[in-house]
Amino acid sequence: MCRLFAITSRTPVSPMVAVNALDVMREGHDGSGVGLFMRDLGGPFKEIKDAPILSGIFSEQGLRRMDAFMVNAGFSILYDLAIRPDRIPPSGTPKRDCYLIRAYDYPVAWKALDTRDIRNRLTGIRLELRAMGQEKDDMIVYSFWPDVVMIKEIGDPMRVACMLGLDREELKARIIMAQGRQNTNYAINLYACHPFFIQGYSTMTNGENTAFHPIREFLETRGFAGYSGYQSDSEVFTHILHYSAERMGLSIEAYKHVITPLQDADLELHSDGSFLRLLKNSCRKLIIDGPNCVIGSLPDYSLFMVQDRKKLRPGVVGGKDGLYAFSSEICGLDAVIPDRDQSKDFQPMHLDTVLVGPDRQEVKICRQTDPLRHRLSA
Amino acid sequence: MPSNRPIAPSTLSVKDLLWQIHWNRDKCTLCGSCTAVCPVKALELGVFRKRDVRIAMGIQGSADNVFSIYHGIRQKTDPAFACVGCGMCSMVCPNDAIMPVRSDETDKQRFHINRGGQARSRGGRRNSTDSLLDRIKFIRISMLTDPALDAGRHEFQIRTLLGRILPPEKSLEFSRNNGWMPPVREIYPLIIGGMSFGALSPNMWEGLQMGIAYLNEELGMPVRICTGEGGCPPRLLKSRFLKYVILQIASGYFGWDEILHAIPHMKEDPCAVEIKYGQGAKPGDGGLLMWHKVNRLIAAIRGVPPGVSLPSPPTHQTQYSIEESVAKMIQSMYMAWGFRVPVYPKISGTSTALAVLNNLTRNPYAAGLAIDGEDGGTGAAYNVSMNHMGHPIASNIRDCYLNLANLGVQNEIPLFAGGGIGKNGNLAANAAALIMLGASGVQTGKYIMQAAAGCLGSESDRCNICNIGKCPKGITSQDPRLYRRLDVEQVAQRVVDVFLSFDTELKKIVAPLGRSTSLPIGMSDALGINDHDAAQRLKIQYVV
Repeated sequence: MCRLFAITSRTPVSPMVAVNALDVMREGHDGSGVGLFMRDLGGPFKEIKDAPILSGIFSEQGLRRMDAFMVNAGFSILYDLAIRPDRIPPSGTPKRDCYLIRAYDYPVAWKALDTRDIRNRLTGIRLELRAMGQEKDDMIVYSFWPDVVMIKEIGDPMRVACMLGLDREELKARIIMAQGRQNTNYAINLYACHPFFIQGYSTMTNGENTAFHPIREFLETRGFAGYSGYQSDSEVFTHILHYSAERMGLSIEAYKHVITPLQDADLELHSDGSFLRLLKNSCRKLIIDGPNCVIGSLPDYSLFMVQDRKKLRPGVVGGKDGLYAFSSEICGLDAVIPDRDQSKDFQPMHLDTVLVGPDRQEVKICRQTDPLRHRLSA
Repeated sequence: MPSNRPIAPSTLSVKDLLWQIHWNRDKCTLCGSCTAVCPVKALELGVFRKRDVRIAMGIQGSADNVFSIYHGIRQKTDPAFACVGCGMCSMVCPNDAIMPVRSDETDKQRFHINRGGQARSRGGRRNSTDSLLDRIKFIRISMLTDPALDAGRHEFQIRTLLGRILPPEKSLEFSRNNGWMPPVREIYPLIIGGMSFGALSPNMWEGLQMGIAYLNEELGMPVRICTGEGGCPPRLLKSRFLKYVILQIASGYFGWDEILHAIPHMKEDPCAVEIKYGQGAKPGDGGLLMWHKVNRLIAAIRGVPPGVSLPSPPTHQTQYSIEESVAKMIQSMYMAWGFRVPVYPKISGTSTALAVLNNLTRNPYAAGLAIDGEDGGTGAAYNVSMNHMGHPIASNIRDCYLNLANLGVQNEIPLFAGGGIGKNGNLAANAAALIMLGASGVQTGKYIMQAAAGCLGSESDRCNICNIGKCPKGITSQDPRLYRRLDVEQVAQRVVDVFLSFDTELKKIVAPLGRSTSLPIGMSDALGINDHDAAQRLKIQYVV
């Protein structure tokens, strides 16, 4: 089983906080990999919130090819954080030339474009770089998006983090999601490592999506280039979230109704029953099955957790004003926020979506059987 | 056969027949039950002259003859009266003295059942035990990486949708703007396929309907039954039970006068309307109800004179193309019920199914497509149509589903598969295989006849006389002396048994695959087969 930890804090924190929590929960994962997602960044990135940041792993050759590509596309570098490990990597971790986190300024020609266009172009560039990297095996690109940094690597989370020196001052964020363990279903591949990200939406999952194939087929035929290259059954959770929010305009409360809809008897009694039945029927191919705890981050800087229909995976939320964490296990919470009121810890069950908004003041709980407060995204 | 008579080409001996009746003189009580019950009059009273030669034991004394007469049964060898192997004689024999036995070699009778130039027609099935569906295995078992579900205790949702489903974005847009939403029914994925009132006896029909009503109203299982082409008794049309019924319209339009006149009196809408363009058992041929079965009741419901054969034309006479068919028939059927009832076509399995499907995808009214594969059963058809015409269902459904997936409309037009599901008794496994290949649900008829009413047919040319109204079990007969053998309530109970056990078996299949909240339509990653070519054709895994 893998372990998840996510934190949302009013003041930026180091990713080591999350890695530390994963380390506390190490009995629950096999230490085979780590994935980090950071948003609402502090440090030098705070001043360039709109600049797209490229995150990935590059060989020297890959770096040169990428540079040439980006220059050609009209991008100029705003800030560069290239981590070049100088020590021997821990056992199981490959030797890499460069872990890159680099902020760019948009090409001049893009300035006149509308937001949607810019977003789709950013996705296009990420996909192009990914394809280039896969062709020559010299780059891996995780994200190319404003105010988002991602780091993923094979190996024990704590050792990898120490090797990369993630406790550095310039790398802090208000929202951090971390996952320990590589994907186990398929060959080890960093593109299969959680968290996954697409156009502002990111999720990570503990569990297995047994309906992966039909869902993948459905997403791949939506006519959106970003729904492609699936290496993990959990990647579709992120894309369903993106699809339901961006294409259907649904709120995060409705997301749960898409992936794990209510059964007939509950729909009959629900005040939004006819709307939800419509959603259930038309999104039937997006219903997930199997055990899953999904933790995700939204473009509005809120953090959420949902459970599968049978609540077969662990997950707990707790914290205090200004600092909340979502964790697979309570010991992860204890390690990071020991001084919280533990009686307010909440373990979402099969009907719940929990949400901590950008104000970081409280844990909101939406029960599927309650009336929908917001059908559509704000 | 006396020795001085010429032997005609069609003169056969018992050995030449497909079914040979073994009769035991020692056990026989001469009660006559077997000859009375035989549906094809294959047995007649036999008066046998027997000679015993008695020879004295000593040197002296001469041998003499003792002549005696004994009575028993004689099997007719005229192909017109050939035994069909139904075994009713065994069933009624008080002493187990008689039993039909299948010939140990290819029979000669088959070459002579076209006398008068009449090609053989019969009811029943394809008479082939071969089943690709039986060879498909479910190989994706949840082990350790995720907890397998408990088929007995976990919550399951075994339901499917019948009706056109709009893509998610359009659904929301239409609902916001109060646009017309195509009607959609949430139903149980195992449907009792079209067997007409006329093909089936009144007792069989009533038993099925009672079973369906019980499943819906007492057990909460939304099981649906299709009428087949032959209309629907007015009492049912005007009852609340109509909502469990899919009305079928086919090329003969039999019974539709009655149905249309009943519309103003209907308390409920029917579940759906199925337009039959073809069926798996006799592709390219219309329905066929032979005169034997057209009694006054059937004639009244169908709006025809009694005692005449009712062959439906092979095609709908008003239509010459799929476009026209869709434009005219589907829409006028929608209109009849105020656009509240889903209407979908049913076709024979065919290599041209994709062309039909592609056309339907472009028509917002088409509520689905039912495809009936070559193994579909029938009440009456030419032997050659049943045995040699048609397309296997597995690859047909798979191609159609992959085509829908390619277009991105795999959730929008449900495919229903029929033909050969459970032909060897593996109803749930066959249904699950087809669902995972891409069907939204399956239709079955023969399995229900066998399990719910004790149909004697098998895949070895046994019985198969549904067409002439002589069904010895009273399932497909319109003769009250025959159909009173069938107890309506017991049929209903067996229907319920079948669905309950099917439900358990289906859960036992999907639970270990980790599926419970939605039907695993198109979950082909769970399927494997030990035939490399079949695996490639169906795009599933080859496993050995």
